[in-house]
Order: sequence, then C-alpha cells, then structure tokens
Amino acid sequence: MTPAFESTEKPMQASRASAVVAQTHEFLAFRLGAEEYGIDILKVQEIRGYDQVTRIANAPAFIKGVINLRGTIVPIVDLRIKFALGNIDYNIFTVVIILNVANRVVGIVVDSVSDVISLPPEQIRPAPEFGGALETDYIVGLAQLDERMIIVTDIECLMTATDMALVDGDEKLAA
Amino acid sequence: MNPNAFASSGIDLTALRGVFFEEATEHLEAMEMLLVRIDPAHATDEELNAIFRAAHSIKGGAATFGYNDLAEVSHFLESLLDRARRREVALDAAMVDTLLAARDLLGRQLEGHRDDSPPDPEAVSAMCARVRAHLEGPDGTGNGSGNDTPKRTVVRHLVEVRVFSNDGTPVPEAGVADALANFGRVIRLGDEPGDSEIKNKKERRSRKARGPTIRYYVDTEQDDVDLLSELAFIVPMDQMRIVKKLTLTTDAAGQIGTEHGEPPLLPALKPEESFGIFEGSPGSDPGFGFFEDLPAPAGAAAGAQPTPGTATGSASAKAPDRSQNGGETSIRVAVEKVDALINLVGELVITQAMLAQNAATLDPVRDERLLQGLMQLDRNTRALQEAVMSVRMTPIGIVFNRFPRVVRDIAARLNKQVHLEMEGEATELDKGLIERLVDPLTHLVRNSLDHGLEVPERRLAQGKTAAGTIRLRAFHRGGTIVIEVSDDGAGLDRERILAKARERGISAPDSMSDAEVWSLIFEAGFSTANEVTDVSGRGVGMDVVRRNVSGMNGSIDIQSVAGTGTTIAIRLPLTLAIMDGMSVGVGSETYILPLASVVESLQVGVDQIHPVANRGLVAHVRGEYLPVISMHEMFPTGGARSERASGIMVIVEIDKKKAALLVDELLGQHQVVVKSLDRNYRRVRGVSGATIMGDGRVAIILDVAALVRPRLS
Repeated sequence: MTPAFESTEKPMQASRASAVVAQTHEFLAFRLGAEEYGIDILKVQEIRGYDQVTRIANAPAFIKGVINLRGTIVPIVDLRIKFALGNIDYNIFTVVIILNVANRVVGIVVDSVSDVISLPPEQIRPAPEFGGALETDYIVGLAQLDERMIIVTDIECLMTATDMALVDGDEKLAA
Repeated sequence: MNPNAFASSGIDLTALRGVFFEEATEHLEAMEMLLVRIDPAHATDEELNAIFRAAHSIKGGAATFGYNDLAEVSHFLESLLDRARRREVALDAAMVDTLLAARDLLGRQLEGHRDDSPPDPEAVSAMCARVRAHLEGPDGTGNGSGNDTPKRTVVRHLVEVRVFSNDGTPVPEAGVADALANFGRVIRLGDEPGDSEIKNKKERRSRKARGPTIRYYVDTEQDDVDLLSELAFIVPMDQMRIVKKLTLTTDAAGQIGTEHGEPPLLPALKPEESFGIFEGSPGSDPGFGFFEDLPAPAGAAAGAQPTPGTATGSASAKAPDRSQNGGETSIRVAVEKVDALINLVGELVITQAMLAQNAATLDPVRDERLLQGLMQLDRNTRALQEAVMSVRMTPIGIVFNRFPRVVRDIAARLNKQVHLEMEGEATELDKGLIERLVDPLTHLVRNSLDHGLEVPERRLAQGKTAAGTIRLRAFHRGGTIVIEVSDDGAGLDRERILAKARERGISAPDSMSDAEVWSLIFEAGFSTANEVTDVSGRGVGMDVVRRNVSGMNGSIDIQSVAGTGTTIAIRLPLTLAIMDGMSVGVGSETYILPLASVVESLQVGVDQIHPVANRGLVAHVRGEYLPVISMHEMFPTGGARSERASGIMVIVEIDKKKAALLVDELLGQHQVVVKSLDRNYRRVRGVSGATIMGDGRVAIILDVAALVRPRLS
C-alpha cells in the first residue's frame, strides 16, 4: 500500500488516483476480454455504438481514427488493441464510451458495458505491486463485488499517458 | 467613492470594474493615437479637447473605483492638458513625450489594478512631478511660487435659463440651482435685466418674445459642455444658454482672483457692461440657440480667455467623438460567444448538406414542396453563415494603429526620421488572424526601420529626402487579403545575403534568382545587420515571421530594389474558420487540400514520372521537374492503391515551392468548415485540421507547407 492513498492533496499522479476513492463513487463497469474495469462515471459523457472512423496516418494501431461527434472531432482509442484483449471485431454490438478527460473528448472502444456500480472507498483494495512487468500508474485499486473483480482505473491518468499518444508531449508537461 | 459603497448598494462591482478597465484601455489607446499624430506647434482645439476628454474620463472612472494613484496621475495629466487646450501653456515636443510617458504609466497602473498587483508608488510620484514641472515650467502661466498644488482655473459662467418652456411649463427652479451647485459656487442674479438695461431695441424685442429668464453666475472648474449637459437633465437644451464666461484663477486655498490678481468682485460686471455684450450678438437671432464668441467686456478682457470655441464649438467637437467610437450602435460580446455561434452555424451547414444529399433520392413530383423547402434552407443557411462570419471580421486598423507609436519610439532611438503612411485600415479580416498578425508585422516594421531606412545624412547624400517613408497597406485581392510593409530605404543587399548564407553553410550559388536570395533571410538565425541593436539584428525575426504567416495559411513575398526600397507582402486568407478546399481520394479516405495552394490537377503518363536515385520520383510537367509525393506513402491508411496507374496529380505550390501530389482520384471542390484536430487529439505532421463532409464523415485537411518542405530524415 502506498501512502498516497490517504492523501488527497498532492497534485501528483498517484494522488490524483486517490482523489477518486476519497468517498463513495459511482463507477461505470466495462469488460475487456475476461477483465472488468471500473471508471469514474463523472468522466463519462455518453455511450454509443461504433461508427466508421476516419483513419489518421502514422498513428499507433490502437488509435482507430477520428469521428464526428455532433460537430466535434473525437479520436477513438481501441482499448482492446491497447491491452491486447478480446476479439477485435467491429459490429453493431461494439461499444464506444465517450470520455471527458483532461479537457478533451476521447472515445474508447470496449467489449461491452456492464453496469454502474457504487463503491465505498474501503471496498477498493490497493493493487499489488507487479514489479516492472506492468505499468500500473493508472490502476487505483481492485474491488470485489460479489463474484466479480473490478479493476478500478483512473481513466484520466491512462488516457494522458505518454504511450497513449493522444496528447502532445509538451501539453502533458504543461498539464 | 470607495468600492464598498457599490457593494452595499448591491451593484456588481466586478462587472463594472471590467467595463471601466475596457473603457479606460480604449481611452488610453485613443490618447496615444492622438498624441502620436499631434503636431505640437499646430495642435487643433479638437485634438487637444479629445485628449483632454480621454484623461478626464479615466480620472473620473479611477476615482469612482478608488484607484487613487490612477486618479492622481490622470488628474495632473488632465490639468496639463486643460492648460494646453486653453492655450495657457504652449505644447511642445517635450511635453508630448511627457504626456506619452504618463499615458504609458496609466496603462501599467491599469494593468496592475486589473491583476490586483499594486503599482509602484514611486513611479507615480515621479510622473506626477514630471507633469507638474510642465505645469509650472517657464512656459506655463504658473507663477512659480513653488506651491505644490497647481493653480486651478475657474471659469465664471453666466447661465441664463428661460422660465417657461415652449409649451408653457415653468422650469423647476430649485432643481436648476441644485444641479448648478454641483459645479461650484452659484450666485443667483435675479430675473432678466430690465428693459432699461438693454440698449439695443432689437435685442429687447427678441427677449420679449422669449419670455422671462433667470440668470446665475456659476464659478466652476468644469467646462461649459459639462455644465450644459448636466443641466440638460432638468431644462431642455433650447431653453438655456451660457451667455458669457470669465476666467478666474484660484490659488491653493481656493481664493478666487482674476489672472492679474485683481480682487474678486462679486458682481464682477456692472449691468450696463454686462449686457452691453448683446449689442455684439446678432439681435435678429430667431431661436434661443447658442451664440458665437461674445466679445468680452473691456474690464475683463485681460483675464477672460476666449475658451477654444464657444459652447457651440465644444459641443460639436464632442458629438463626432461619440459617433466615431460608438456612434454606429455596437455591443460588446465575448469572443467565445461569437465562436460558439460560428460553430453552430458550421453544424447547420453540415446538416443542411446532409439533407441535400439525401434529398437527391426524392421524387421531384411527389415531394415537390419538401424539395422547395430544402432549397430555401440552402439559401438561408448560406446567408446566415455569411452574416455570422462577418461578425468576426475586424478592420485591420486595430493592428495598424499601434505602429505610429512603435515607429515614433524606434525612430527616435535610432536617430532616423520616418514618415509612416497607412492605407486600407478599414480592410476587414478575421479577428483571430488580426491577433496573430501583430507580431509578424511588428517585426517587419522594426526591420524596415532598422535595416531598411538609412540615417538622414546618408539619405541626403543619395538625393533622397531626409525623412524616410514606411508604408503599411492592406487590401483585398481575390479571396485573400494582402498586407504590405514597404520602405524607401536601401533595399536588400544581395551580395551580403549570399556571403552570409555561405558563412552559415547554406549552399548559395551566384546563379540564384533574386527571389531565392531574398527568401534566404527567412532562415533561422539569419541577420545581415552589422551590429546587433536593441531593435533588431539578432536574426530571430524573419523565421518567426514566416512561421507565423504560414501558420495562418498565408505566404510572404519580398520585392526589393537596391537603393530604392523593399516591399514585403503578406498574403492571408480572409478567415481561418472556413476554407475553400479540393477533396481528393486516397485509398478509402478523403483528404482536403486548401484550394489556395492548388495550382492545377492533371493526369500524367507513366513515362512522365522518373525515379531519382531509385527512391524519389520526379514528374516532368510543362518543362519543370517537380518532386512527386505519393499520398499513399505519406498517409498509409490502407485501401486499394491505384495512384501510379491513374497518374492523377495535384500540383501544389507554397512559398514558391512546387510539388506534385499523387492521388487516387479527384472528388470535388467544397467550402469546408475548419475544425481543430488537436483540440481532442494531437498535432499530426502534414495535417492542419479536419472537417466534416456532407455525409457526416470526418475528412483530414492537409498542411501543404509541411508536405512540400523537404523531409528531415
């Protein structure tokens, strides 16, 4: 357990994650392959089906391209490709979660959206250390809900990570 | 009045403060413009009055909001200007410098208050002392007694108010007296002069026709326009007039004396003398309007300053000022609101295009009315789009107006004589562009001043006038706006640029055309100035200029003749929000090329494309070898590739560089609404933005400049 979990003040990435769990929050749960993730519902703008995207040249494979969301150009990230999970096909059941993170609108493609869950902070356990094998900055903790294990994720931290290639390097420094 | 007074009265002080800051900034700008333009020896009343009014307004606002330091500086400024406009002190260049410096200090103070950072009190007192020095200087009328408080000028106004208005309503006498009391000491003189007092018969007759009057002496520091406009709340304008004015002065103790120290004489003028003046005024004056300058009675002649213009003059000087600044009724709107409006209209245009596309499948007979409605919608959206776009259009004069000051300051520092000409200030372009133009234009003007124009001795030796000319010019050409900065200086030195380029390791053969040589000065770190001055010469200017201009989808053109001068022309699209584009198909994607950079599109045979070093390709088009850029290679997004076979090329040109883009198909020409890609994503090389096509899909807009630029390996 890192001490950052008790702190809500430090403007560091770890403490940003802790702000998420300071009180009972509602989380949107979605599935990626066999894994289930939970993200702060307040970051979710809407959920929609997968539309055809306009591809952007020379972008990483998990950036599918951009769509027109009522006049706004929104990039779409396929988390299934990013995490190498699930079956990568696009059909009428493919779901896109439109997020509002770091003053941006970004869409993520997931396998399915399960439900909205309430988690009190004490129910979220810190994730174990994975050593260097896994970059886990964005994982706030793990929560047990009946038989399900939900990976509580700081989606803002995840989406602005450098390897997500969504944000210009200098912008990230400024933010 | 302190700010709390506002707060307790429930008025939103912050909002009012914002208005004050905006207005004060405008006043300061106006003041600067006037001061820079003014010819100290021949300043007109109108100019002096306008500057005075600006200072006066700032002072009033500052006092209201409790910014005492601001009020103090503007007070001294106002006093000096007041003297100047009354011709009690002669305006000279040094005084204009002081006034400009005071204006700058006011600007800094204003900024300080806006950011809640307290301004430097020492600068304030230093400036006050400097302004005061002018007030008390040998040229001033101050008696140099060393008294800290400047002498105030009090003018005794003889105000006459008609008792009955045209429809017979009596005037609220108490209200008049109260209003006048706000201005200073009021002495009621009693009713109109008896017939015996008026010698002129005609005058007597016209007086009868007008009806009885009440007269007051008002001793005030404020001018007659203020007095009348205040009174106008109570009495109709045509029912009152200022008959006469007599300048008095007061010392610090408020003791009133005339200019020459005669003791104050309350009924300063004997009735006979007093009304003798009517002989001078045309008795046939049919109305009750204002009069021409009235000859001052002999006794007061020495003291009475004929205030510039009479009431009529000042009033008319004030009126056009209003109409210049806000006469065309205008409102202030936050830029975000306008942008939101433009975005919404953009959406509407897209929706309309979508509807139009779907309507193609409708039966023209059965759905006739629907189709008619759609056509109407088409027209209306277009009109709406144009109207909304025009909201963002701002005259370029906003940028130009800063240059008289810039030129004046720099020229003084460089000991050069410069005459600045501006043309086409009313040319409109997008507000967003205007803001981004400031830096490049400032660079260009500085360069012209520093490198372009020669020192006066050199100019005279070359048979030119001592004062050089810098011209700023803006005009529309086609769908673009052209902004030119030209000077009649030395012109660019070809040899020196070439030498400098070689020094920096840039290959520069002597065979380069002039245009190519000139474009070398846009290279980073390129400066041919012999020495670095604080104005320019560090070589950081021109590459920034070019980067800024190409960032606005614009281009720069240089023309220069040695010994005759240089003209640098910036060509910009009218707006960044909407662009004429050509859509091309590459694989399964659609890309938009800015039409402004498209020269032509053509189909070439396979034999016209040649490999170079087995990697690059060149196309032989109209006697020119152009580098070929394969869009499939630049933008590998999949999809069948047919470009080599089809041989369809779009020739683009930017910054005098041409290239041939190999595409799969040409799709059409559109007006596209430019959307930012890096709003939610990141910058992508070779892409300047995105747009939404008629079918709702996103199309990428290509950045031709980045495509054509030689790729760094």
